Amino acid sequence: MSKIMPFTGAQAVANAMRQINPDVVAVFPITPQTEIMMQFAKFHADGDVDTELVRVESEHSAMSCCVGASAAGARAITATASAGLALMWEILGVASGSRLPIVMPVVNRALSSPINIHCDHSDAMGCRDHGWIQIFNENAQEAYESVFLAVKLAEHPDVLLPAMVCLDGFITSHGVQNMELFEDKEMKDFVGEYQPKKWLLNTDDPVTVGPLELQDYFFETQKQRADAMMKAKEIYLSVGRELSKITGKEYPYFEGYQLDDAEAVIIVMNSTAGNTKAVIDKMRSEGKKVGLLKPRLFRPFPYEEIAKALSGKRYAAILDRAESYGANAPLYGEIKNALYEVQEKPKLKSYIYGLGGRNIFEAEIENVFETLLSGDFDPMEVGHIGLRGESQ
Amino acid sequence: MAKLKSYKEIPIGGMIEKAGNSEDFKTGDWKTFRPVWNKEKCTNCMICPVLCPEDCIPVEKGEKPVRKETDFDYCKGCGICAKVCPVKCIEMKEEAGFNE
Repeated sequence: MSKIMPFTGAQAVANAMRQINPDVVAVFPITPQTEIMMQFAKFHADGDVDTELVRVESEHSAMSCCVGASAAGARAITATASAGLALMWEILGVASGSRLPIVMPVVNRALSSPINIHCDHSDAMGCRDHGWIQIFNENAQEAYESVFLAVKLAEHPDVLLPAMVCLDGFITSHGVQNMELFEDKEMKDFVGEYQPKKWLLNTDDPVTVGPLELQDYFFETQKQRADAMMKAKEIYLSVGRELSKITGKEYPYFEGYQLDDAEAVIIVMNSTAGNTKAVIDKMRSEGKKVGLLKPRLFRPFPYEEIAKALSGKRYAAILDRAESYGANAPLYGEIKNALYEVQEKPKLKSYIYGLGGRNIFEAEIENVFETLLSGDFDPMEVGHIGLRGESQ
Repeated sequence: MAKLKSYKEIPIGGMIEKAGNSEDFKTGDWKTFRPVWNKEKCTNCMICPVLCPEDCIPVEKGEKPVRKETDFDYCKGCGICAKVCPVKCIEMKEEAGFNE
């Protein structure tokens, strides 16, 4: 029997880690991730897990610790946010390049500078091309379930890539929500034991991990990594179906909310998708055909499926909680890219919102829908929701 | 050099699955110049084998040791052998002219 618990997103994720009982967890604090490791360290102190808890001196070391542990044959997890993720950058590539299935909750927070501890997606977006699977989550429940999905997906023999589980800093990580906690045994059985084919501590079959590769083989190894990432896309669905048997939930590439007959669509990830649903309910009661497309799997990106879902729609606004300086905003760029081959494409509008934790209100989301429905907007002009100095 | 393999034939992530494989790693393909040795002129004085920094000039042991052909799998073409040869029986020639 599952239980309904009043948990923060951080507690939810820490409980997923408790149920997984990883072999190695590398711990380093950074707001707003600290809450996860604080909870997990308590489980460790209470003897609820028999994890090797390694207290490291930086995030660079945290990821290095996970690389070493994973190469040695262990199931390794760490968690981070913002500057911590940035400091890991070098080793993130070592993890994915060495094909080590490390799992990492990322509590999304703005990158410096100026220093800011609140939510935006610039941290995860900054490493979107680094060979990590990225799953985005609206709330504590999704983040909790995604940790299990991520472990099983990352460790799949046809994938063997690390995975990030992204949740919004403070909004999700510290907001208390009712969530369904599944039974320890069921979740333990779901992830099972990590059984690598080759591992560093196997003295009967010695291997070298992470050697030098120059002009002769580096290119081939990158092609393998790219192929594995594409493979992860279909395996995400099959692992999701397996997880559904326990949770009763679905794990699609993206969630559609009132999407089928919508004329105007907002595309947004993580917690703001929840606010958007509330706005949709209100506007639908007024007879307005509005809907939501909430991507969950950002890497690998489901281009064809999103193109199909948006084909024939009249208008769509893409809300990015990150800038891409001098380029299209990250999610907008992907959506626009996905639509290139579509005959009946919607007219698109790119919006930036919520940087550094700037609040977004339902009235503002409603305003975006009204702008879309009016059809009276310049698709080349980027909107900024809640920015002083910009007419809304 | 061994034939290079495709991305479908190699272990993932650059993993090396066979221990002790450094013996298979030939480092001689860096060289721009190759020492061409004239066996007839050579006096087997043993200066070049001793001064070769790669230890890649083999010597047949015996009462009177005999120099053998340079091991091009490891020779980097530094030219020390040609420089120190007292009878000038080694000539450095551009590697591009040789097809291996």
